[in-house]
Amino acid sequence: MTDLTDLTLAEARDGLTKGDFTSLEITEAYIKAIGTARPLNAFISETPEKAVEMAKASDARRRKGETGALEGVPLGIKDLFCTEGVLTTAASHILDGFHPPYESTVTRNLWDAGAVMLGKLNLDEFAMGSSNENSYYGPAVNPWAPEGDNRRYVPGGSSGGSAAAVSSHIVVAATGTDTGGSIRQPAAFTGIVGVKPTYGRCSRFGIVAFASSLDQAGPMARTVRDAAIMLKSMAGFDPKDSTSVDAAVPDFEAALDQDVRGLKIGIPAEYRVDGMPEEIGQLWARGEEMLRDAGAEIVPISLPHTKYALPTYYIVAPAEASSNLARYDGMRYGLRVPGEDLLDTYERTRAEGFGNEVQRRVMIGTYVLSAGYYDAYYRKAQQVRTLILRDFEQAFGKVDAILTPTTPTPSFAEGEKTGDPISMYLNDVFTVPASMAGLPGASVPVGLSKDGMPLGLQILSPAFDEMTLFRVAGALEQRAGYDARPSKWWVK
Amino acid sequence: MSLDRETVRRVAKLARIRVDEDRLDDLGRELNQIIDWVEQLGEVDTTDVPPMTSVEKHKLRWRADEVTDGGYPEKVTGNAPASDMNFFAVPKVVE
Repeated sequence: MTDLTDLTLAEARDGLTKGDFTSLEITEAYIKAIGTARPLNAFISETPEKAVEMAKASDARRRKGETGALEGVPLGIKDLFCTEGVLTTAASHILDGFHPPYESTVTRNLWDAGAVMLGKLNLDEFAMGSSNENSYYGPAVNPWAPEGDNRRYVPGGSSGGSAAAVSSHIVVAATGTDTGGSIRQPAAFTGIVGVKPTYGRCSRFGIVAFASSLDQAGPMARTVRDAAIMLKSMAGFDPKDSTSVDAAVPDFEAALDQDVRGLKIGIPAEYRVDGMPEEIGQLWARGEEMLRDAGAEIVPISLPHTKYALPTYYIVAPAEASSNLARYDGMRYGLRVPGEDLLDTYERTRAEGFGNEVQRRVMIGTYVLSAGYYDAYYRKAQQVRTLILRDFEQAFGKVDAILTPTTPTPSFAEGEKTGDPISMYLNDVFTVPASMAGLPGASVPVGLSKDGMPLGLQILSPAFDEMTLFRVAGALEQRAGYDARPSKWWVK
Repeated sequence: MSLDRETVRRVAKLARIRVDEDRLDDLGRELNQIIDWVEQLGEVDTTDVPPMTSVEKHKLRWRADEVTDGGYPEKVTGNAPASDMNFFAVPKVVE
């Protein structure tokens, strides 16, 4: 029998349907794999007992003929999703011991579809970061490293644990969340597929909030098909989230039956940035070539406000974070550090409970929203955001989708960028503009860098047109034929 | 625009984060680096550009003002660092 952890989600689903193996068997295979992969620090909480219990319940449902779209498939969940009764940390000290009394809508949807939870995956604290080095529980580690290089490489962030877990085959697929690139950037760094759907497609209810106008859940998986299957189950209207959009959820997997002949693919001039390594430009040109070979028409386009998206993001996101994170006051849940009076208790709790990056962003956000600065910073940023959206609207008048690199560089070694916040922020320079406009985006692994590290290309489509997104992603995946796997150095 | 020690102290106070005196300079430098960088937005002409309030085109949905959930105070206070008789117990606020 083949190793069950080699199967894609689609293969696992089909094997379970045919009765080749049970949910308990595949779940136990993954629990064993997780046990060998602790050096990756991908999990904050492993929940093997719960997984076994859920797998047995799934097998029982199947015997009765009741099967969901993800029946019996074991998944990992980013520890930013509230899971009822299971420790939920957002990778922050301030949520010590928090066991939510409710379930996030996205995870509820996954369990309703029959999926099994293997545990809660590592991330940057409150999803703030691009390397997973900001976790209170320590960094998650990229399964990939250049050959002969003994340093540990970052899996990207904030969904770094999800990316590491999918890439190392210790979960079938995982949930991620993306505020400025937190699904797409780690997917690119670890050689997997990551999809951020349109803002409003997935409910944000029960996801620990970072920047509410940007946060969106999405799938991280080993193939485009797997991501399409998983997104179908995650998405859907939710009256509990006032920004959830009441739109029909199409069968994303069906998009893969269509090729890209006749589609117009835009190549934005402004994504060719100074200092970008040559290999990223070459990868991009190869992607263009692949889509042209597949029958698409390549069209040069311009998105003139691209360079302003990242600074706009670093006003808008911290502003929303400073407001969202005001709820962590040590009174109702999590850490409380006693002080001399109420105010002192708040201040001590938040100083000890929040890591450096979170404190930095909360303070930036407080500053740009404070009296006298609101118009100069926050209002200005919201105006530039309108211009970024208009750029995309104009471009999508001419093209069906847009192709760009996902990241300006491959993964880097731990500690390499920690001292310089702005150079760290630049990781998301290609993913942030679409986030500002609420558009869907996908990262697809296309090749390896000269050092043998994974590289991805990003596809963007108009709002609520994920069908085109998956169509182009599928064509790119097929042409790229990417099948590289990391050496299993973590298995002793 | 740059943040002096006094401004950093004030922002920390507003953000309810305790910052020790010896960290004010370092933190000020970090925040200034970010503020200086975002100030490039000043180059963009935004005359008559409306600020974006939502990427979504439709109006915010309202729901009926009705209780849809509840009746389990022990669950609500279950995660509290301190609670008493289904109330959150907090430090003394009024002398």
